[in-house]
Amino acid sequence: MAILANADTRVLCQGMTGWAGTYHTNRMIQYGTNVVAGVTPGKGGRSHIDVPVFNTVKEARTATGADASAIFVPPPQAAAAMIEAIEAEMPLVVVVTERVPVLDMIRVREALVGSRTRLIGPNSQGLLVPGACQIGVMATDRSRPGSIGVVSRSASLTSEVVSQLTSAGLGQSATVGVGGDPVHGMGFVDCLDLFFADPQTEAVVLIGEIGGKEELAAAEFLATKGLKKPVIALIVGEHAPAQRRMGHAGALSQDSGGDVAAKVDALRRAGATIAAGAHLVGQTTRERLAKRAA
Amino acid sequence: MQLREFQGKDLLSRYAIAVPEGRLAASADEAAAAASALRPGNIYVKAQILAGDRAAAGGVRAVSSALAAAEAARQMLASPLVTPQTGPAGQAAAQVLVERGVQVAREFYIAIGVDPARAAIELVAGSGGSGIEQRIARGSETLSDLQVGTRLDGRAADIDVLGRRIGVPEVAAGAFRATVERLHRAFVELDASLIEVNPLVLTPAGDFVAVDAKVELDDNAGFRHPEFAAMAGEPEGDLTELKAQQSQINFIQMDGDIGAVVNGAGLGLATLDMIRTAGGKPANFMDIRTTAKSMDVAHGIALLLDNPRVKVLLVNVFGGGMQPCDTVAEALGIAFRKHGRRVPAVIRLTGNNEELARHRLANFEFAKIECADMWQAVTRAVSIAQGRA
Repeated sequence: MAILANADTRVLCQGMTGWAGTYHTNRMIQYGTNVVAGVTPGKGGRSHIDVPVFNTVKEARTATGADASAIFVPPPQAAAAMIEAIEAEMPLVVVVTERVPVLDMIRVREALVGSRTRLIGPNSQGLLVPGACQIGVMATDRSRPGSIGVVSRSASLTSEVVSQLTSAGLGQSATVGVGGDPVHGMGFVDCLDLFFADPQTEAVVLIGEIGGKEELAAAEFLATKGLKKPVIALIVGEHAPAQRRMGHAGALSQDSGGDVAAKVDALRRAGATIAAGAHLVGQTTRERLAKRAA
Repeated sequence: MQLREFQGKDLLSRYAIAVPEGRLAASADEAAAAASALRPGNIYVKAQILAGDRAAAGGVRAVSSALAAAEAARQMLASPLVTPQTGPAGQAAAQVLVERGVQVAREFYIAIGVDPARAAIELVAGSGGSGIEQRIARGSETLSDLQVGTRLDGRAADIDVLGRRIGVPEVAAGAFRATVERLHRAFVELDASLIEVNPLVLTPAGDFVAVDAKVELDDNAGFRHPEFAAMAGEPEGDLTELKAQQSQINFIQMDGDIGAVVNGAGLGLATLDMIRTAGGKPANFMDIRTTAKSMDVAHGIALLLDNPRVKVLLVNVFGGGMQPCDTVAEALGIAFRKHGRRVPAVIRLTGNNEELARHRLANFEFAKIECADMWQAVTRAVSIAQGRA
């Protein structure tokens, strides 16, 4: 058990025949992900890197039983690809594409209402279930199967945190990148909810940053629904210059210090344990779990 | 992309939103000619800069003759305008907009933007006019909001309620609804990220006129609007940051002495925080994008070596699925080989292709200090910057 996917998940890649799609599909296959199909309009019927290619998501889903999609198509076609996957009732869709127009994401969120699909991203490193599957572009070398759930807005910082957890003897049940864009699919609250319900997950590490209000929504969720498992939080960007977009489209704050302080304060009051620095997440998590065992 | 007032108004008028009659002028003589053509009545001269709060800073003036319009334009074009939104250096105007005054019965405020939490388009309105920022800060004004989708079908009653809440008179309700619908259509079709009309004037005749307009377009949607590229003009901002952008690197200039070489926005932010926690001062924020090749990264490193304040480089890279370590190792070698400047580099490279990166580094001759973990690297870099190591 883990959240969202496991070793049996059958993955299709939209945009697989492009350069990025080919490279990352190969990485996913090397990790052991069960990639069953690719979708590129106009290239159906062929096979690419030994994976059958279809013209549409619906065809591919019917023929192969794919139940998750990874999207690598460029921004102009990304929203249409997401909506196609939603209309084909794909249960899980992971979007790696960066720089999707914000109004396109509002249209995609409109298409998601009442659908069966869970959307991760865009601008996400995707989902990694260590030892089972990697859907997206996550680094995998340092991850180990285990019981810590990780949810974050940033890829390389997730890799760092995963490495610290593994060094501290703590494997991961799953890592999810909600993506760096202001309007996206699943958020911190959805992931906390899934991790709390997952028997394999013993604690959750939440990696937030300046900009937006999702960390505050997560704190609100913990405060009202209860802290069902230990939550360790890291919020970065306290010393970022104000009113500048820091790499992520969503990482923009009028007052970085105040923004981080408000998020840290809300999460701490809701019962989360705050990591005092990005280098201390592994140690803080280990100490928090030791306290529980004692 | 943020547009100047005249550009924003030009786009809005394509959606049948009324704007004052006006002409653009790039000199005092042109302003005088524009004023003569627009007389009689009140004339306004408005500096075309990319910042608000212009009126108190002398960037918007009412004049009553062509001569006065020329004098106002001359002053606005002569020196940068400093407003609460420009920063201390101010902004220079290359043009002024000369407009005919509009008769005012009531003034309102309306803005359309994105509400990320609800994944919706958000309308924000108030009984307003200029100075609204100050009144909101004082608490003497509250705004009303309404969340809508990319289509407005079936929302007429909600728009009427919004109008009543901000005090739109009943006789003008139909005109208000039409204006909101046009603004929404403009927002969606232009791929805007913000349209702010302040003031939105209701005339005694019962028409709404956008007397000032701030329009921002979503840069990520540029592929749908190639015609807008011409409106951008010369890129503005810090030259180093623009050069880094061209090399696939997000870069923000800061005033410290530790040059940060980092991949990823989150790790970049974390690195700034750790440098400060360790008592040091970062010279920059860096997020090497996944599309950057080793030559791009070398350009980014060269920008740090160009900065005389930088005393040490701090390389904090976690090679992931998309950005392997050896790309950055190679970039360091290229940058130091091409640049005359020698500063020590504290290097923490881990993750994808870490071994290959180490071999690459061994072939390059520059002062490098390799660290196994990032906190060790940060504290070492801070010591070097402070002359302690």
